[in-house]
Amino acid sequence: MSTASEPNERERSNETIRSADWERVAAMDEFRSLIAAKRKFIAPAVIFFIVYYFALPALVGYAPGLMSRRVLGVINLAYLFALSQFFMAWIVAALYVRAAERFDELARKIIHHLQRQSQGRVKGGE
Amino acid sequence: MSTALVMFLAFIAVTLYITWWAARRSTGSSAYFAAGRSLTAWQNGVAVAGDYMSAASFLGIAGIIAFQGYDGFMYSVGWLVAYLTVLLVVAEPLRNAGKYTMADVLAYRLSPRPVRAMGSLSTLTVSTFYMIAQMVGAGALVSLLLKDTGLTFHTAVIGIGALMIVYVVFGGMLATTWVQIIKAILLMGGTILLSLLVLNHFGFSLGNFFAAVTQVTYHDAQGNVVTQNFLTPGLRYKPPYGALDLISLGMALIFGTAGLPHILVRFYTVPDAKTARKSVVWAMLIIGSFYILTTFLGFGAATIVGRDFIAKNGGTNMSAPLLAQTLGGDLFFAFISAIAFATILAVVAGLTISASTSFAHDFWTNVLHRGKERSPGEEVRVARVTAFVVGAVSILIAILLGPNANVAFLVALAFAVAASANLPVIVLSLFWRRFNTRGAVAGLATGLLSSLILILLSPSIMKGGAVFPLENPGIVSIPLGFLGAALGTLTGREPEAEEKFTELNVRANTGLGAEKAVAN
Repeated sequence: MSTASEPNERERSNETIRSADWERVAAMDEFRSLIAAKRKFIAPAVIFFIVYYFALPALVGYAPGLMSRRVLGVINLAYLFALSQFFMAWIVAALYVRAAERFDELARKIIHHLQRQSQGRVKGGE
Repeated sequence: MSTALVMFLAFIAVTLYITWWAARRSTGSSAYFAAGRSLTAWQNGVAVAGDYMSAASFLGIAGIIAFQGYDGFMYSVGWLVAYLTVLLVVAEPLRNAGKYTMADVLAYRLSPRPVRAMGSLSTLTVSTFYMIAQMVGAGALVSLLLKDTGLTFHTAVIGIGALMIVYVVFGGMLATTWVQIIKAILLMGGTILLSLLVLNHFGFSLGNFFAAVTQVTYHDAQGNVVTQNFLTPGLRYKPPYGALDLISLGMALIFGTAGLPHILVRFYTVPDAKTARKSVVWAMLIIGSFYILTTFLGFGAATIVGRDFIAKNGGTNMSAPLLAQTLGGDLFFAFISAIAFATILAVVAGLTISASTSFAHDFWTNVLHRGKERSPGEEVRVARVTAFVVGAVSILIAILLGPNANVAFLVALAFAVAASANLPVIVLSLFWRRFNTRGAVAGLATGLLSSLILILLSPSIMKGGAVFPLENPGIVSIPLGFLGAALGTLTGREPEAEEKFTELNVRANTGLGAEKAVAN
């Protein structure tokens, strides 16, 4: 089957993957290191942002005196902490995007690996 | 004819042209439901932001901050931070493993029919409540803003409903997306302009601005003159339950956003997971900037216009438009009002398409007809009919509820159901090998029912005699949703679901076998 346009990577990978292959991919070293790398970033990132975020309503609710303290001119701690949440969210997102470049790289490796294997299989004459 | 009406008619003309253009291009299911999966990261990001910044954000938040100060700003914070859940946990696996709806991911390794039926039910519940809230708000707003032109609440609701049906039925996802993009740009532009006018009022001195915010003067319910520091927390959420209510609200926002069907469907409109990720980042930039600017909108209305004047001239929801009128005159007032209509119109269109997609794809094709279209294009035809029905029903309910309905509880309910029913099952099906059909159905049912019942027992509905003391049920109903899903799972084993976990895990993490974009 040939098409006029060069199929992209993912289209080729679709042709190479079969239903029985999922287990094989899951057992690949590349796949395991992809999952490990993702977990290593995502788990701490999620815990961090949840703790940082819920500290705001908890402190505002249970320590209103502390949070009403003026720290920058007339601006109080409550407003500054709330404002910092926006920057926290943007920074975590930026760090994730950077880390995800590496996840994409690892995923590409897995797909290349599979393609090489399936080409090998075709040449070997199944 | 008022200037606001002229501007609004211009918006309608442009969007109808887009719908006509999209209708000519759009053929096939993937084009209708997912814009051919060929949107770029910024297009989808702006559209996600547009879907999210509803009338509740623009009018509601400005109003809450204008009346209750700092506590209103807490909503703004939660609405942005929530996108970290979307970015880190949900968006990419969903794009990699699904096709058109949230239930696609569940149906992947679980028994498709019960899971899709429940998933579709909770999607329709969330969308309908969210939509009725928008329609009632829209109707009330229109009748206030355009009372000189003789437009009534009924005509306004019917007009908005009819337009939304036209966008969705004829233009599908592509038209809905572009309506959303145009509206998001208008809304951002209007908000920036309004913020600049507020700063200008204070001589571009943040010091002067915040100094005014610490001394807001108004008349309280007893008619006494009160001077309040609006940066002080606790003006809305008071003891004994205020702190818990704030945390509960935070939970509904942080976990609910990643379960909102009209946000989730947007990730199917891009070619791959990487683009989905980038579009979340675009959305976060826009949404974050917008919500930071609510500082100027809300506190600006409190200091420049004043609570007393707003209360006499249309109430909390009119804070932002009245601020525009005070600072920029009638023309700017008309512009901001037209943006508010455009916002509502675009959001209801987004909600309608996600509801009708879920009904057609999950319930009609996959539950009733076991995954087969009986004739080509059936799914799209059913979705179009559903969009029409959903629109008509929402118009009817909005008219029955009338302009004075309490819409806050409808939105709270939408977020609570999304957080308590949808999110637990999405997360568990992606990360828990043992998770099974019984767990998914139990989780969806527990989350849906508990949030529904707790809202009915809350002060939003029962006022003084509330059985459940919090306005926001999340702190109880979200754990219940997870608990229901866990208990359901642990009472049975489903070897097939556990086996398929491997496949889902590989797909979700590598994008192998993901749905492709169609060439245009």
